[in-house]
Amino acid sequence: MAGAHRHLLVHAHSPIHALAPEAKIAATFLFVVGVAVTPREAVWAFAVDGLVILVLLAVAGYGLRQALARLAAVLPFITFAFLVPFVSSGERVDVLWFSVSRDGLWAAWNIIVKAVLGTGASLVLAGTTPIPEVVRGLGRLRVPAVVVSIVSFMFRYLDLIVDEMGRMRTAMVSRAHDPRWLWQAKPIASAAGAMFVRSYERGERVHAAMLARGFSGTMPELEHRRAGARDWTWCLLVPVVSISAAVAGFALT
Amino acid sequence: MTAALAVDGLSFSYPGGRLVLHDLSLTVEQGERVAVLGPNGAGKTTFALHLNGVLELQTGAVTVSGLPLAKANLREIRRRVGMVFQNADDQLFMPSVREDVAFGPANLQLPKDEQVARVAEALAAVEATELADRAPHHLSGGEKRRVAIATVLAMRPDLLVLDEPTSGLDPAGRRELANLLLSLPLTQVVITHDLPFALELCPRSVIVSGGTVVADGPTSELLSNTGLLAAHRLELPFGFDPRALGDR
Amino acid sequence: MYAMHAPDGFLEPTVALATAVISVVVLVFALRQSRRDLQDKQLPLAGIAAAFIFAAQMFNFPVASGTTGHLLGGALAAILLGPATGSVVVTIVVVVQALLFADGGLSALGYNVLNMAIVPAFGGYALFLLFRRIMPKNSGGIVGATGLAAALSVVLSAMAFSIEWLFGASAPIAFDDVFTAMVGVHLLIGIGEGLISALAIAAVLASRPDLVYGIRDLDQAEYTARTKVSTRTFVIGGVVTALLFAVVVSQFAADDPDGLEKVSIDEGFADQAQDHALGDSIFADYATSGIDNESLSLAIAGACGVVLTLVVGFGLFSAVRRGRQDEPDSSPAVV
Repeated sequence: MAGAHRHLLVHAHSPIHALAPEAKIAATFLFVVGVAVTPREAVWAFAVDGLVILVLLAVAGYGLRQALARLAAVLPFITFAFLVPFVSSGERVDVLWFSVSRDGLWAAWNIIVKAVLGTGASLVLAGTTPIPEVVRGLGRLRVPAVVVSIVSFMFRYLDLIVDEMGRMRTAMVSRAHDPRWLWQAKPIASAAGAMFVRSYERGERVHAAMLARGFSGTMPELEHRRAGARDWTWCLLVPVVSISAAVAGFALT
Repeated sequence: MTAALAVDGLSFSYPGGRLVLHDLSLTVEQGERVAVLGPNGAGKTTFALHLNGVLELQTGAVTVSGLPLAKANLREIRRRVGMVFQNADDQLFMPSVREDVAFGPANLQLPKDEQVARVAEALAAVEATELADRAPHHLSGGEKRRVAIATVLAMRPDLLVLDEPTSGLDPAGRRELANLLLSLPLTQVVITHDLPFALELCPRSVIVSGGTVVADGPTSELLSNTGLLAAHRLELPFGFDPRALGDR
Repeated sequence: MYAMHAPDGFLEPTVALATAVISVVVLVFALRQSRRDLQDKQLPLAGIAAAFIFAAQMFNFPVASGTTGHLLGGALAAILLGPATGSVVVTIVVVVQALLFADGGLSALGYNVLNMAIVPAFGGYALFLLFRRIMPKNSGGIVGATGLAAALSVVLSAMAFSIEWLFGASAPIAFDDVFTAMVGVHLLIGIGEGLISALAIAAVLASRPDLVYGIRDLDQAEYTARTKVSTRTFVIGGVVTALLFAVVVSQFAADDPDGLEKVSIDEGFADQAQDHALGDSIFADYATSGIDNESLSLAIAGACGVVLTLVVGFGLFSAVRRGRQDEPDSSPAVV
């Protein structure tokens, strides 16, 4: 749910923190793909995947409470998934005192387990990789340089813009503005418009500053440590597990 | 000796018609430090943006150390003129200080080891070497200002143009900045509202008002002329007497 | 619900892959067009715009008595920055949210990007151009066109999701039900999105109309007057429209078999796959079983598909055509 997005970095020095970001990003993505293609009946496969995630979260330095709190981001979908057996069609079974769709139960399980595992994998990545490294990692993964630069600029100015919006909010609240209903949202929306203009003008000034230091259209190449074989080997072990489990799951069902 | 900066008859209006600069002329010799004073809206920032070709010339000419400002010379002009903008956040746009300071040298396509050397040299000049791996948005106002100056020094400019360098600085930050600028042997053009700062740093001042230069002379003389100051919405801080500081 | 970023497992992998491919293809085009639109200002402007959208999505606006919503911003971004840059910027926000904030599944990025960035940006922009034609030629008209376009862009996303469900349902819930629920809910969500977008663009027009991509081709002198947007009328009108629409739509998708029929459907579930006309189709069995009136459902799905393709396609086409006509930049001759 897009709400207050605070960065999820865990402040520790685990072996996972030290791995090269491009390897971690690729591994996370592939792991999640492995989970996503696993047939839902292969419950044991998900158990294996879950174990891997738990181990990684522990190694990354997550405390139990912290991990659970962040996994709770997935709760809205779990709530929705609980409704699925009730609204699904198909053969019914009795669960406790309800009559629900059997296929619906499997479908709910499918959504919940994949959502939780996917979120867990994202938490491992986000928890062990500071933002500048993620940006570099994306560049290493052949994401177009333009996109990487845009992401870099985004992060650079995100805090400033959030702070400024916060200050506007404070100013409104200080003048006893306490909107409850949609039609009272005018000041907030107007502030958003004003904020866009300020941001745009800042963009133009940054552009002028870039020109002043010789910018001619493409960002200069700046060097960073490349991922070694060691990084890749360790990282790719993770998706190997989930993909093998998926394949085995297919074979056995 | 060639003037560091020669501006001749500069006129400029933004789309929409408003004439901002009106026949502005100014000459700055090598090694001079000149303050550019004037009320808000006088066109000082617009003027500054002409000096490194960010705004295209409409009428008039700008020459930097003998090189005329023209499309063909833009890269070299931008190396020669180091522009320090009013808002440090606008010019620290890379993820780390080191990358920001390296941005200029990298655009000049200097060899890698030369880039590294320039970064170290620039950061040392502003006493910000320990900030090299920090993210710009985690720096204090004074630190940002110093790093912003470093980003420009890394290009080894001939001329430094600073737009309101003391804005947002606390007194200690102001002191550090003054000391820093005094230590740099570059020609400097300092656009400022901070009159005591102008007096301390710049022996010569010009007043820009209504898009043109209306006064040009020794700073202490200009600042002692209360009538002139008042006519252009300038005012000395309460209790500040330039004459009490003797000849500067 | 598309209003939230969908997690992994929501749709079948085939659809995840197909939508990912579509998204990548469109984004390659959009990136190039964005470069043509913004020239060398692209990096700082798009980056800061992305930061703005990201930040704007973080702040809530009130909906009703304590409940809050937040802006999605695809259509607004397209009208302000052009659909190419708008879609790129919102895509980046969606991807970063999945990658770094555990918001949305990584394997769901294909359809999350398609539904939350591409469809609202190009579709919303196309709708804006259409509405602009019928609205009065002043700031109020632009504000109105923006509000309507933004509101409907949300509905377009819901339609896109419903069609994706038709192909890749992961649960036995019929397309009809999903369509009704999604489109119905998003009509309401659209009211908020439309209102906030309209008010926001009114504020931009009041100070810098020259920044708005969507009116670049118009004589800007006509658009600087301050507009007064009557929010209460908008909201009431919007709710009424949405309710009417929902009532009409639900007539089609109403699925209310009586007792006998229900039993036979249950018992005969296994046989239905062969008997149904939709049985051996490319559509997911889950999405097609339990549908009362197949031909009507197919017609709705088909109509949605056509509308989406037309609208988004028009947006894509306009982006290119507009880009070719415009001067590279309109700010004071920056060298």
